[in-house]
This record gives sequence, structure tokens and C-alpha cells, in this order.
Amino acid sequence: MVSAVFHSPREAASALAPASEQAAKARRIDTPAAPRPVRDPFDWRALFGHVVPPLAGMALLVGIWALLTQKGGDFPTPLATFDAAVKLFANPFYDKGPNDQGIGWNVLASLERVGLGFGLAALVGIPLGFVIGRFATLNRMVSPLISLLKPVSPLAWLPIGLLVFKSADPAAIWTIFICSIWPMVINTAVGVQRVPEDYLNVARVLKLSEWKIATRILLPSVMPYMLTGVRLSVGTAWLVIVAAEMLTGGVGIGFWVWDEWNNLNVAHIIVAIFVIGFVGLLLEWLLMAIAKRFDYS
Amino acid sequence: MSRNDKPMLQINEVGMTFATKRGPFVALRDISLDIQRGEFVSLIGHSGCGKSTLLNLVAGLTNPTAGVLLLDDRELKGPGPDRGVVFQNHSLLPWLSCHDNVYLAVERVFADRESKAQLRERSLAALELVGMGHAAAKRPHEISGGMKQRVGIARALAMEPKMLLMDEPFGALDALTRARLQDELMKIVAKTDTSPGATVMMVTHDVDEAVLLSDRIVMMTNGPAATIGQVLQVDLPRPRNRVEMVEDRAYAHCRKEVLDFLYMRHSHVERTA
Repeated sequence: MVSAVFHSPREAASALAPASEQAAKARRIDTPAAPRPVRDPFDWRALFGHVVPPLAGMALLVGIWALLTQKGGDFPTPLATFDAAVKLFANPFYDKGPNDQGIGWNVLASLERVGLGFGLAALVGIPLGFVIGRFATLNRMVSPLISLLKPVSPLAWLPIGLLVFKSADPAAIWTIFICSIWPMVINTAVGVQRVPEDYLNVARVLKLSEWKIATRILLPSVMPYMLTGVRLSVGTAWLVIVAAEMLTGGVGIGFWVWDEWNNLNVAHIIVAIFVIGFVGLLLEWLLMAIAKRFDYS
Repeated sequence: MSRNDKPMLQINEVGMTFATKRGPFVALRDISLDIQRGEFVSLIGHSGCGKSTLLNLVAGLTNPTAGVLLLDDRELKGPGPDRGVVFQNHSLLPWLSCHDNVYLAVERVFADRESKAQLRERSLAALELVGMGHAAAKRPHEISGGMKQRVGIARALAMEPKMLLMDEPFGALDALTRARLQDELMKIVAKTDTSPGATVMMVTHDVDEAVLLSDRIVMMTNGPAATIGQVLQVDLPRPRNRVEMVEDRAYAHCRKEVLDFLYMRHSHVERTA
């Protein structure tokens, strides 16, 4: 009879609020009313402050480059490089056999390897990080191994890949996998260990099920750490792929650089350096944007 | 019927000793206290006197190393939704809206009996009870500290618990907001007041808050090995008005009793660790 001393708040509230339209309005919680931000007049000065310094930095680089290559030599001038770039990008997706493809194909081939290697690393690394973070014994078991393997240069893993897979492409993917797994494992584990005690106490006083704890408390709480790990991993993967492809050959931006070096086409190498940097930047931006989405503070 | 005469909470000879690196640390000893149905009891004492430890024992977050706790005649073993806990720092999950924070608790208790629409209605009703119906879709970081604490209270109440446990619920708020929430807490408690009444146990270090809200004030001696030093019955008529209370002699007497205990007999000595 006296199962609950507290009155149902429902009854209490209905007695309290005389079914006002305000209450009715609040009932429609499915459509959160996003307040429309007030448009300020366009801030030209801020734009100026944000756009001019980076452009000046870029100009400085190109200026020094032009100055140093003024007298000629092996190194192409900025203008020659720009011409080469225009020609390259005029037709980035041509295909004249496996050893002569447009730069677009090469970048895409590299991205595909990175995607595969990184994707597999995420598939293994994130769950691994979760269990390491949750169980101290496992953590003590695995930590020394991680500490030992983490600083190993990516290229040291390549022969192992070649040995096991007997083929260049899987070996490159393997190298990406093994190098990009560590930041995800470590960051996820740290995130799990740092779930605020308060949130876990909420779970305890509510006696939530393990599934609810995992989905409602652990996962959202760990997400920012995990995404930092993912960002570091993608960065590493993109660093590693160029080196790996130089050794394995085939289609890919790394091998393309090496190929152009054999052709002594330095302008193309410089273009490739910019392209690699730009793609890396794009990946970083993309992941930052995703991370922002999960930032609750 | 006879069940109603029994205390809601019985704390019998409870002690709490923590194992630390420097050996056992006795936080609480010989705590015996009964809380009747519908009673509002405050725990007051200097910081480090173990009042939060005692509340955590009732919440089931820690288990006593001595003695036994009975809630509604059943031994307490671990936490459970029959006790609604309001944390000092609100502890709302920042990735859930206010509604979803409450819903998480409601779902836990009523999901096997009620439809989703009913659960949602319950959550909203709880929010409206604390005057937060308008912020149901907002995330905790979009609302003020006082509002967060209201949602925390709504979450605890929505479970229809046997007891409400509050750990310095208004400690982190500014004085004006605190006063408003105290007034509203009194109203909410009165509103949930069926014949046995709302049973509340609150930890506080604010003498006025304790006197204004409580039916009884439990004053704790200083730790380590803290225990109950004195229990003061606050026989002030309800509803209580904070402005009128200032000139009330009974109020002044209660206030003096507590101050006397805290600052004359058990004044806090800051220890260097």
C-alpha cells in the first residue's frame, strides 16, 4: 500500500499547473526550438585579421623560394612549379596503364589504403581501448606491450607485412593498421578511466543496466577522447602511407613521388608535397568537425 | 497499518572505517538514528565530519563496516531507485537534454509497467513540478546552476522514491538562488505530502537552511570517528516563511542551539594533513 511515499509528480504537477498553454508548449519536446542567432553586421576587420596574416605567411614562403631559385639550378622556381601543377590538375584522372595515372587516382589509391588500414585499426583499437580502460588487470597486462611497440617506426613493420601477406598492397595496409592503432587504443582507454565519478554514481543510484551504462554514460563520455585518438591515428596513417608506398610501389601518392624522383621531375615532387599536406589538412578538419559535434562542455 | 508507524529509515549502530595506506581510518562510529515517514531531517557539521559519508551509506553507494541500515524495514544492500539522490554538483549527463536526464531515471523504474508515452509524460510532469517544463529540450550546459539543481531534484522525484537524499543540494549556488530553491523545495515537499509525507534527508553546512527546512537537525561531532552529537527538534509551524522567521523566537532559539553546538562546543580545528 505504501510502496512510494512520494505522490506521483504527475498528479502534483497537474494540480499545480492549470493546463496552461505553456505546459502544452513544453510538452512538445521533440522539436527543440533553436533560437535564431541574431545576425551582426559583417565584421570586415575580423576577416582582415584572419585572412591577411596567413596569406602573408604564404607569400613569405613563396618569396624566399623565388629568391633562392632565381639563379636557376635543379630546383624549379615557384612559377615553373605552378605551371606544372596547372598541367597536372588539368587532367587529374587520366589512366594510361598501371604506372601512368593521374594524380587524382594516386591520391585516391593512397586514401583507400589509409581508409582500410585505419578502419581496421579503429575496429580493433577502440574496443581494445574500452576493455583496457575498464579492467585494470588487463591494462597492466597490455600497457608494457603498447609502450614497447608504439615507438617502432612504421617501416620496420613493412617487412613483417610482406612476409605474412606475400603481397605489397596488404603489407602497406598492415603497416597503416599497426601504426594508427596505438593512439586510438591509448586515448580510448584513458577516456574510459576518466569517466567522471559523478556520472558513474548516477548510474549506481539509478542501478542502470550494463547496456544503459555503456550506451548512455560510458560511450558519450569517452567520445571526445576517442575522437582525439582517431584524429591522431588518421594523421599518423597519412604520414605513414607515403613512406610505405615508396617501398611497395603500385598506384599511390607515395610511389608517385618516388616515380617523379626517378624521372627527375622535381616540380611534380613539390606539387605532390603540397597535395599531401592539403589532403592531411582536410582529414584533420573533417575529424575536428566531427569532434565538435560531440563536445558537450 | 502498523507498517506506517515504523520509521522509514533506521540506522542502527552504524560505523564506517576506510582502509587507507596509513592504516584504518574511522570516519563514523556508533551512529543510530531513526527517520520517520514524512520527516525532513538535516545533517549538519563541520567539513570532514562524515555527514556526506553517512548520506552515501543511506544511498547505498558505500556499505557500512559496522551496524545495519533498514529502509522501510528492509536491510539496505547497495544503491537503488527507492532512494532519490540529489547530488551537490547536480550530476546531470551533459549529452542528454533535461527531459532525457529525467527520463533515464523514470525509464529505469517504470519501463516495465508503462508505455513510452506515459514515461515521457512522467518525466515532463516531474520537470514541471520543479518549474523546468520550459527547458525540457535544453541541454544542461544551456541552463543556469540553479536550474540544473532543479532538474536534479526532478530526476530524483520522478522515480517516486521512498526517500529523498540531498547532499548539500544548494551548496554551489549563490545566496539568492539558494533562498529561492529552498522555498520551492519546501513547497515541493509539502505538495508531495500525502498522509505519511515526504521523507527527506539532507546534508548541509548552512545553519539557516537547516533550521528553515528541517523537522529535526542532526548535529555531528568533528571527525575522525565522528558521531551524532545532538539532535534538535525544530517545532516551527509550516508553511514557514523565511522573512517572518527572522523575528520568530523559536526560530532564533533553534538557530542559536545549532550555532552553539557548531562553534562553541565543537568548533572546528583545522588539522594539517
